[in-house]
Amino acid sequence: MRETVPPFREPTLKGDYRRPDPDAHAGPHEPGLDCTPAASCVEPDQPDGADGADGGARELVLTFSGAWDVASIGRMTARLLHRCAEVGNACAVPGDAPVVHLDLAEVSRLDTAGAQLLCRSAASMAAAGAHVVWHVPDHGQSMLLDRVRAIDISAVPRARRVSPVLGALNAIGASIVEELEQVRSIIGFLGMFLVSLAAAVARPWRLRWVSIVHHMEQTGIQAVPIVALLTFLIGLVTAYMGSEQFTRFGAQVFVVNLIEVSTLRELGVLLTALIVAGRSGSSFTAQIGAMVANEEVDAMRSMGLDPMEVLVIPRVVALVLMLPVLTFIADFMGVLGGGIASWLSLGISPGAFAVRFLEITRLANFVTGLVKAPFFALIIGIVGCFQGFRVTGSAESVGRLTTQAVVESIFLVIVANAGFAILFMSLGV
Amino acid sequence: MTGTPIISLRGIANRFGTVTVHENLDLDVRPGEVLGLIGGSGSGKSVLLRTILGLRRPQAGEVRVLGVDITHSDEAARRAVRRQWGVLFQDGALFSSLSVIENIKVPLREFTNLPPDAMDDVAALKLRMVGLAPEAALKYPSELSGGMRKRAGLARALVMDPAVVFLDEPTAGLDPIGAAAFDALIADLRDALGLTVVMITHDLDSLYAVCDRVAVLAEKRIYAVGTIQELLRVDHPWLREYFTGPRGRVAAGVSGPAGRDAHAGQTPAQGR
Ligand SMILES: Nc1ncnc2c1ncn2[C@@H]1O[C@H](COP(=O)(O)OP(=O)(O)O)[C@@H](O)[C@H]1O
Ligand SMILES: [Mg+2]
Repeated sequence: MRETVPPFREPTLKGDYRRPDPDAHAGPHEPGLDCTPAASCVEPDQPDGADGADGGARELVLTFSGAWDVASIGRMTARLLHRCAEVGNACAVPGDAPVVHLDLAEVSRLDTAGAQLLCRSAASMAAAGAHVVWHVPDHGQSMLLDRVRAIDISAVPRARRVSPVLGALNAIGASIVEELEQVRSIIGFLGMFLVSLAAAVARPWRLRWVSIVHHMEQTGIQAVPIVALLTFLIGLVTAYMGSEQFTRFGAQVFVVNLIEVSTLRELGVLLTALIVAGRSGSSFTAQIGAMVANEEVDAMRSMGLDPMEVLVIPRVVALVLMLPVLTFIADFMGVLGGGIASWLSLGISPGAFAVRFLEITRLANFVTGLVKAPFFALIIGIVGCFQGFRVTGSAESVGRLTTQAVVESIFLVIVANAGFAILFMSLGV
Repeated sequence: MTGTPIISLRGIANRFGTVTVHENLDLDVRPGEVLGLIGGSGSGKSVLLRTILGLRRPQAGEVRVLGVDITHSDEAARRAVRRQWGVLFQDGALFSSLSVIENIKVPLREFTNLPPDAMDDVAALKLRMVGLAPEAALKYPSELSGGMRKRAGLARALVMDPAVVFLDEPTAGLDPIGAAAFDALIADLRDALGLTVVMITHDLDSLYAVCDRVAVLAEKRIYAVGTIQELLRVDHPWLREYFTGPRGRVAAGVSGPAGRDAHAGQTPAQGR
């Protein structure tokens, strides 16, 4: 009869050493064997007659009571192990091996964790040389003990606990190796993409136009509001900040030049690329990653479909087509924001702003900004898709790789932007 | 002790919009038994399990587990009950960012104050108990086969030595030998730990091998409960088809009451 919800009882453990005949055997066995602190409690069990007659043996009765289950043994583990150590010490002293009685008569509930703790303690005492005697009146408990004892856990590997310094060094090294490896494979991925693209361009009717248009909508059209709003605000702020500085020199009108250069040449395209990297690069990784985790990509390959052609080309092509369009919108909104700020803070009327703007605008600034867009799109698309294919099985890696895709593509976009700046400077445009 | 049921459902109704999945459903689970829950696909077995677990609030009715009213009691009482049951979801539902041994240790970490190496010991014991190889301990769920994930999930469900375990299709997707071993494991654990097991299954062999009683979910309620012998006498078209269809006959013929246990122990040399 097993109670399903046993009334909770604190597990207790009482220990008491008895020397059957203290007077006769005083001497070398004596020191360190007393358990006075915990000895207050137990009615020493009457030892079996035979044991008592033996005379030389030291005996210890460990009486267990209450619930010895996983929820409560935490409090007792240290005490029990302490007792084991005491027994071990007792064994180290030459003389008769001590006899340890484990009395489970008062245990109200024993589960596998409790049984395991008892078995482990008993084993360690036995290994130290003690003679362990179990007293388990309950049949179920004794069966459980037998079963637990039969399971060998020594082969189960433990996670190593590494020192934090070593761990940090390890992590740094591993991440450097991983990054280098990734650079190699991402270049390989780019090569594969270009080969597939060349094959597709040779037969444009095989391009998946429906898919391309779908992704153009997803990555392009749907990004318009956020791109427009953010670049408008940045244009506004740039003009305000600029006007404050230029007013000191009485050169307010140069605000228009500031807006023109900063927005058309740098900010418009860069901001757009960063927004798109956060929006679309991440979603490429998540979409493809989820498909990989769900074995959809394998299913595709097994049907003879090329994931590069089905998944990557439409996404990257759509992005390459849409990013310039978004950049154009961004340029327009940035200039608009700048114009409004100039009007409000400097009193440059919209008409005057427009005239001045058209007068000074060099086509080169506008073009250099726009030219960068497809390259940034390529970076974002390739990195996003590449990270998606790196997903291995688990859903957790999708999240990690999505983050990585965004960080990496933003990093690469900014690096590429710096490269373009140097290039254009040396070309004199 | 078949007196007080360990789980009792009264008048459960579950609806999704206009679709009624359960209506006026009653079920009792006795302590220490292995109860199989069968029913056609879409008959609402998983929904019923979610209801018992308190993951879904039924439109009507009362669920009592270990004496606690799951649907109406407060969070503290429910949390106390949750620690006394273990659940094996259909695909293991392991935490993918943790290794197997860490997965098993999660409940220990949360609900006990065991010292770290004692936790390692308990987790290692459960790992071996469910028949996983020691090397599986440090693997991540994505590196495991379906059967290994189920075993790891079971180890996690069992780590707190619960009074009740719920298993959702534990043998689905396992090879017959693996499934037989899993059945034997369930029976074994039931005997050793005095578990009460509620097991959703489509596997006739499992029913014959380990289930003490079988509950049939049909017509939006528990249509019948009883031993397989009793169910064979129930006159319902789905049940008749279930037990006397081609698969049912094979399972009944091959396994006796202790069915697959004996079968699994047979070596190829002995077979015929
Ligand atoms: N979240 C949900 N929304 C709407 N309908 C659901 C939902 N979950 C389950 N159902 C419906 O409930 C019924 C039972 O589902 P389920 O319990 O999963 O069946 P099974 O017995 O195969 O496990 C099905 O008809 C299913 O369509
Ligand atoms: Mg289901």
